[in-house]
Amino acid sequence: MSSRDSILSKIKNNQPTSVSELPSLSFLGLDKIDVIQTYKTVLKGIGGFCEEVSSLDEVKAYIATHYPADKRKITTIPELADIAETEWTNDDPHSLQNVELAIIKAHFGVAENSGLWVTDAILGQRVSPFIPQYLTIIVNKKDILATMHQAYERIGDLDYGFGTFIAGPSKTADIEQSLVLGAHGARGLTVFLME
Amino acid sequence: MKENTIDHSHAAAIFNKDVERVNWHDETLWFVRSKRDKSAHAIPEWEALRETASNIKNNVLSNIHDYLVEFEAKAKENGIIIHWAADGDEHNKIVHSIIAKHGVTQMVKSKSMLTEECHLNEYLAENGVEVIDSDLGEFIVQLRKEPPSHIVLPAIHLKKEDVSDTFHEHLGTEKGNNDPQYLTEAARKELRDTFLTRKVALTGVNFAVAETGEFVVCTNEGNADMGAHLADVHIACMGFEKLIPQRKHLSVFLRLLARSATGQPITTFSSHFKKPRDGQEMHIVIVDNGRSTQLGREEFRNSLKCIRCGACMNTCPVYRRSGGHSYHNAVAGPIGSILAPNLDMKKNADLPFASTLCGSCTNVCPVKIDIHDQLYKWRQVLVKEGYTPSSKTMAMKGMSAVLANPTVFKIAGKAGRFVMKNLPFMVNNNLNAWYKQREMPAPPEESFREWYAKKAKESKDKK
Repeated sequence: MSSRDSILSKIKNNQPTSVSELPSLSFLGLDKIDVIQTYKTVLKGIGGFCEEVSSLDEVKAYIATHYPADKRKITTIPELADIAETEWTNDDPHSLQNVELAIIKAHFGVAENSGLWVTDAILGQRVSPFIPQYLTIIVNKKDILATMHQAYERIGDLDYGFGTFIAGPSKTADIEQSLVLGAHGARGLTVFLME
Repeated sequence: MKENTIDHSHAAAIFNKDVERVNWHDETLWFVRSKRDKSAHAIPEWEALRETASNIKNNVLSNIHDYLVEFEAKAKENGIIIHWAADGDEHNKIVHSIIAKHGVTQMVKSKSMLTEECHLNEYLAENGVEVIDSDLGEFIVQLRKEPPSHIVLPAIHLKKEDVSDTFHEHLGTEKGNNDPQYLTEAARKELRDTFLTRKVALTGVNFAVAETGEFVVCTNEGNADMGAHLADVHIACMGFEKLIPQRKHLSVFLRLLARSATGQPITTFSSHFKKPRDGQEMHIVIVDNGRSTQLGREEFRNSLKCIRCGACMNTCPVYRRSGGHSYHNAVAGPIGSILAPNLDMKKNADLPFASTLCGSCTNVCPVKIDIHDQLYKWRQVLVKEGYTPSSKTMAMKGMSAVLANPTVFKIAGKAGRFVMKNLPFMVNNNLNAWYKQREMPAPPEESFREWYAKKAKESKDKK
């Protein structure tokens, strides 16, 4: 018998004889909260920055004043082609190692933990939010949801190859519990909340 | 890494020699526990979440055969290659065969307690494969040739001076520079090079979804993603109990996991891997290694609900003052002490006794495992099976003889009070562990029975 079959048959023999019922989730995540205010407070609490903007021009202006002009920037947003490269999505992912800033979009955000949901469809490359030194993500204000329950309702049975929630900059506290931002991923995250 | 074979209480005694460090360890973990409380109390429906998570896991364990079959079929449809390993040895061989097939001798690995449990690093080293652990805490302990001492905070037993010395020796950082920011930056530079040059990356699995065949990996550092998205081959290793039924159930577990672990609202990255990227090869190794046996032990089955948050360790008064290494098992603390005897009763017979049974672990567990009850039950199993030390068995036999006979009990009590009062050196000596690091209270003048009899007589005389 293969390991697969012997493991499965042992499990079948040893698992409880009756199946216990799956609980309903419908009563969870219904507390009324101010989603935008909560989102901003939580993001700040975990080391991220938040900018409320009403146009991509404001995003461009912010980037021009906050990031060095001579360093490599990439984006998945065609309208930003004048400030960042757009022709990198089919390159070897290793070639992104010298990227200073990535500017990408998120499908939606979650107020309770400030997480932003991104998938293959809008990442350009899977490594794009991890490999740059700094990361900025644009999300529509109307797409901020209250909790993870609304988040998975929204995701539903969507097909993707890869998706991730990004909440704040990469961090570690592995040395004496001292918080250090910028472990392996981006050292800083700025979220643009778009009107 | 050398196996630690001394038992928990002796290892704890060694750990306790450095009083200042033990106090720091104790306070730091309690601080993490306090952050967990603050975070949990900010969610009004926290208890409902725990109850729901527990019920989902009960459902998983009662139907895990079918969920595994469903998961396998979906993952295969998604283009993932599935392997099954009956034990640690088979797991290691599978991982090695994948690496060997690609003709490489180096691999980068993010945190996976399962690979610690299986001693994968040692196996691969013996077979000429160099593994670099990319989680900062694991990277530190790996350089020091130590195992992690905590499942979430692998280097929590170390001070920044220790890390500074280790990095000075291995990475050439400035001697005596203990700044965590500086030290982290040095590791970042070193590991970035590793991520960029490894063809094979291995990650653990936090949750695997039967309905969709995807798996979720949670990190704060982004190290699992850096490894996986740059490598040609991604190997993910999981114990079969990581399964959950449907994607929407992730909402419950992701709300609980980081809050229970460190008090964060969620880990920085919660990455859902469903299909390999174009041109990439993705493998999942599903491991049993004793789990199906534990599934069959009705009283201990619940331990398989564990989502590895570490909350039970942070809160445990014994763990905080004995350190993770004293548990000589990949998973330390209360949860490790109920998982380990299933793997090897003889070797781990001491662990269920490394507890005061205070129940704090059970109270913070996000999936409501009855940890302290299981610790108590394991003690009974271990005594019955003859795995406890003879001194303990003798003491217990003596105790039961005294407690079973009222006359003997009375005499023993009297003798005890007399000795403690008049001949304290007979009990307060090196042979009596109860006197280590503590003073005993003054012996009472009389026993409760004597007091009761006296009072009864007084009130009778009054009438």
